[in-house]
Amino acid sequence: MRTIALGSCVLAIIMSAAGAAPIAYKLPEETAAFRPGPNLDVVKNNCTGCHSADYINTQPQGPKYKKDFWQAEVTKMIKVYGAPIEEADVSKIVDYLATTY
Amino acid sequence: MLDRRTLMKRAGWAAIAASLGPVRALAETVTLPFGNGERPLVRYPQKRPMIGLTSRPPQLETPFAIFNDGAITPNNAFFVRYHLADIPLNIDPDTFTLSVTGKVDRPQKLSLKDIRKLKAVELVAVNQCSGNSRGFVEPRVAGGQLGNGAMGNARWRGVPLKTVLDMAGVQAGAKQVTFNGMDGPVSDKTPDFVKALDIEHARDGEVMLAYGMNGDDLPVLNGFPLRLVVPGYYGTYWVKHLNEITVIDSTFDGFWMKSAYRIPDTPCNCVEPGTAPKATIPINRFTVRSFITSIADGVKVKAGHTTLKGIAFDGGSGIKEVAISTDGGSSWTQAKLGKDLGKYSFREWKLRVELAAGAHELKVRATSNAGEVQPAEPHWNPAGYLRNVIETVRVTAA
Repeated sequence: MRTIALGSCVLAIIMSAAGAAPIAYKLPEETAAFRPGPNLDVVKNNCTGCHSADYINTQPQGPKYKKDFWQAEVTKMIKVYGAPIEEADVSKIVDYLATTY
Repeated sequence: MLDRRTLMKRAGWAAIAASLGPVRALAETVTLPFGNGERPLVRYPQKRPMIGLTSRPPQLETPFAIFNDGAITPNNAFFVRYHLADIPLNIDPDTFTLSVTGKVDRPQKLSLKDIRKLKAVELVAVNQCSGNSRGFVEPRVAGGQLGNGAMGNARWRGVPLKTVLDMAGVQAGAKQVTFNGMDGPVSDKTPDFVKALDIEHARDGEVMLAYGMNGDDLPVLNGFPLRLVVPGYYGTYWVKHLNEITVIDSTFDGFWMKSAYRIPDTPCNCVEPGTAPKATIPINRFTVRSFITSIADGVKVKAGHTTLKGIAFDGGSGIKEVAISTDGGSSWTQAKLGKDLGKYSFREWKLRVELAAGAHELKVRATSNAGEVQPAEPHWNPAGYLRNVIETVRVTAA
């Protein structure tokens, strides 16, 4: 299916049976990016510490997945996963998500 | 193969990237057949090109065509699902230890060597993500927007969890056993990923501490050097990089049991779409499912005889029957089941059918030995778990 060599992704993995050398696993570089939009810096500061942008990019899109949908997600991040998001930033993040995605 | 299910596109960077040195990602995408379903095809160590859902933490889905290659999913194509981004990337199998503590008489600290010295068992079992196929759920719900590739079937090798619990001597009054792996959260405010099984389940002799997968060590992203295998149960319980087992005398109330991975406590484990359940229980066994793997949705086929092929599985009773419809569900014909690799395994099936020129809706419906049958209409729950509606593949014969 594919013919091009994969430079940095081919890794130095030392694999063997039990009782062997430690394994060093190298993840490929992150490529997913946030779309440009209002308050993007606030979004980056608050979201990317724990997860990559594709967590957001891949969510359902369309008129039914706007403010309420994203408000629920941001609330979940704060209440459930303990994201240290300042009160003043919450609406900025929700606005960015609802208008950009 | 170009089709609606796995529409491959070359984004055109491949040639450019080759001249710039390191290639960051495969310059190809896959479009899963639901809204916003475009995904990169990504390359990770120990893996063939996989459908990339997220990169940190990594979540990789198996390209569906691989399920047509056989009942066993190769290690390098097996799906990957993490919850928290602090994942172990430097693992020394010589210093790795598994601790067994809590309500036990003899707390254990076992090396991988110690574990490998115990009498080994092997079991073929499907692992499936609770959210497999979430992207198809309507109305759609938040979460990992997966196609049907967050499942796989492997021959696991390891020791029964019971063996290790017996070595430790479970005390009277023990109620549950909790499992924690080396992966953890980035922030200490985020609950660590810890799962629990009832003590009877943990000691059933089938739940396994696995170090081997299809004749090799576990791939790093599938839990090297040791993971829990909970046959018939959703992947959320199959804790990877498992290094802490704790026997407790209460019902574990950690976030990943008490609040997450819950399903409606109703007979169908479903609710009216868009509504919230009154009560929930922890997700548990797989629902019965089946797929056509030999032919993808939206393709053109030659009119006349063709042999359809696919897989079926359930939560551990085994597959009793797989039936095929070539007329949108009006009539059904029983398929021939393939080799039985055990009640927790994918069961292959095939059936020779006649497709006259024109459009056809092919459907596949499995029935488990427990009598569970796939529903014609999807069941809905707020988290998008348990999907098992009868699958439909639309083809045109000419």
